[in-house]
Amino acid sequence: MDALKKELKESIIEQLNLEDLNVDDIADDDALFGDGLGLDSIDALELIVMLDKDYGIKLTDPNEGKAVFVSIEVLAKYISEHRTK
Amino acid sequence: MKTNLNIITFCRIKNHSISINGKEVIQKDSQLTFSEFAKLVYKEKAFAYPKFFKMDNLSKLGFLASEFLFEKADLDAHIKENIGIVLSNKSASLDTDRKYQETINDKANYFPSPAVFVYTLANIMIGEISIKHQIKGENAFFVSDKFNELLLEQYTVSLIQNKKSSHVLCGWIDVDKDKYDAFMYLVAKEGTQNYSKEIIKNIYTTN
Amino acid sequence: MKDVFITANSIISPLGFTSEANLAKISKEHSGIILHSDFSTSPCYASIINNKKLDQSFSTLGNSKMYTKLEKMMILSLQDTISQSTFTISDKTALIIATTKGNIDALNNNFKPERAYLPVLGKKIQEFFGFKTEPIIISNACVSGILAIAVAKRFIQNNYYDNAFVVGGDIVSEFTLSGFQSFQAISDKPCKPFSKHRTGISIGEAAASVAITNKNTEKEAIQIIGDGSCNDANHISGPSRTGEGLYLSILSALKEAKIQPETIDYISAHGTATAFNDEMEAIAFNRAKLEHVPLNSLKGYYGHTLGASGLLEAIVGIHSIKNNLLYSSLGFDELGVSIPLNIIKNTIKAEVNTFLKTASGFGGCNTAVLFKKMTL
Repeated sequence: MDALKKELKESIIEQLNLEDLNVDDIADDDALFGDGLGLDSIDALELIVMLDKDYGIKLTDPNEGKAVFVSIEVLAKYISEHRTK
Repeated sequence: MKTNLNIITFCRIKNHSISINGKEVIQKDSQLTFSEFAKLVYKEKAFAYPKFFKMDNLSKLGFLASEFLFEKADLDAHIKENIGIVLSNKSASLDTDRKYQETINDKANYFPSPAVFVYTLANIMIGEISIKHQIKGENAFFVSDKFNELLLEQYTVSLIQNKKSSHVLCGWIDVDKDKYDAFMYLVAKEGTQNYSKEIIKNIYTTN
Repeated sequence: MKDVFITANSIISPLGFTSEANLAKISKEHSGIILHSDFSTSPCYASIINNKKLDQSFSTLGNSKMYTKLEKMMILSLQDTISQSTFTISDKTALIIATTKGNIDALNNNFKPERAYLPVLGKKIQEFFGFKTEPIIISNACVSGILAIAVAKRFIQNNYYDNAFVVGGDIVSEFTLSGFQSFQAISDKPCKPFSKHRTGISIGEAAASVAITNKNTEKEAIQIIGDGSCNDANHISGPSRTGEGLYLSILSALKEAKIQPETIDYISAHGTATAFNDEMEAIAFNRAKLEHVPLNSLKGYYGHTLGASGLLEAIVGIHSIKNNLLYSSLGFDELGVSIPLNIIKNTIKAEVNTFLKTASGFGGCNTAVLFKKMTL
């Protein structure tokens, strides 16, 4: 699980162009949206593509995304339970 | 009808160099790619605007030009809010269009990127500048084969004559593969440097 | 300031290849949106022009193989408008071209990729008709078409041109379709603007054109009386929660026209049928005191035709004035925005003197233009 969390932090920084951040700057329970990392709606869409591309998970309901993209902790748990690749 | 307009400030970005009102303020190593150059400038100026890194190269170029220009012009917020923004180029967003097209070319690896798609419109650059500086004025993005001083003059005069804008931010901001070229200038009734299409063309070609 | 009039017009769409043919279909509530399954993405609803029909019509004008689909649509539309127009092309005639993505399909079809540069498209159109001035190309996302009318008016008012032919067009391409899909913005049914049951847009393709002039020769003329094109300064893709830019655009147009909101008889809204866009428009119309004005979105007939949409929908508005008809907002059933709007449920007879056309797009752009019937 820790390896997955680290991998997720790396790909989020890379995919979402968070140039000012390092893996160590993101805590497992930091809020990804709102006051935490400050991600926005386009980032959420890009995360949906990332889930599909890297883990074979298709999210079609935007509300489902909201529940999954809470924090690295929640996201890693969801991926480990639903991944197809 | 004769309207006397003036150039308040102009900014030129090309060949890894940035100049304001004809005076070079930044010069970097010519081996850098545009995005490396842009990142260096961002760090050096300590812009503290993380959204910059999400932008495509066209928006980054327009953003940088506007940052230098507004820093120099130092306008009141109420004037800034109503500035008209009229930008132009040759390639529209084709540089990013090609990147997006790559995400859909391979049917076995078909992952269209929303973060790339959103920049496949040249006027997004106007949106980025408007957000940063809270400008809610007139917008237009024109495409022409080369810097078209006549078109930009006619539209700028029209906006000012029709009382839509008191200040107009004009520019030619083009990015195409590894080539880039930015020229941005602010026009208004106030100021001391006369504006005409001939004068602006001369500034563009000699700076 | 000079008076500026909008006269001849033409629409090329799946509903027909003249304005009249289009209006006949709209008055019968026929939509161009059908299910298409020939995309490499999943099947989806879209409004697409039949290639064979297009080539057949174009064959009287030129060699179909030499022109892209978009060029053929634009040329056919302009040909129709120019032939109806009361003025001919002079060195004081502007050619204004509005498009969001132009020949974007040239990145991935048999035409050379250079064809995707908009000045190349401009030159094709200019040379076909022998325009004497360099084409003015506007690419300002989904407001391009209606902004082009404002640009023409402003140039004519300031004496740079006597008149203008304005054409707007966009095609349905895999490029834009996949992009909107990645935004999860495509409806799984034909789009339902302002409805409680709306789930997103349907895309469409069309070309539309108009003649704009400082000389009116018609008994009943349509004058362009005000415009505004303001930015939200809020988000590059999400509509403003306060409708700021659209509200400011409407105020700017009203101020220029020197009219009060209550004199507006009809609003041709943008109404893309995404959750956030339609809600944003409702808020902006309410702020502008326009929530009681009869309103429709024509996206249910054409889908979202991007850079063509504002121009195309303005033409339908002009025919609403001429025919004294307010056309139903196809796809609407139950109100799905937080502020009550007066959505036109059924096509009705009504006298229309003044109408407002609005559009909003990515980049936070918005445009509002006011049109008025003038009787000589």
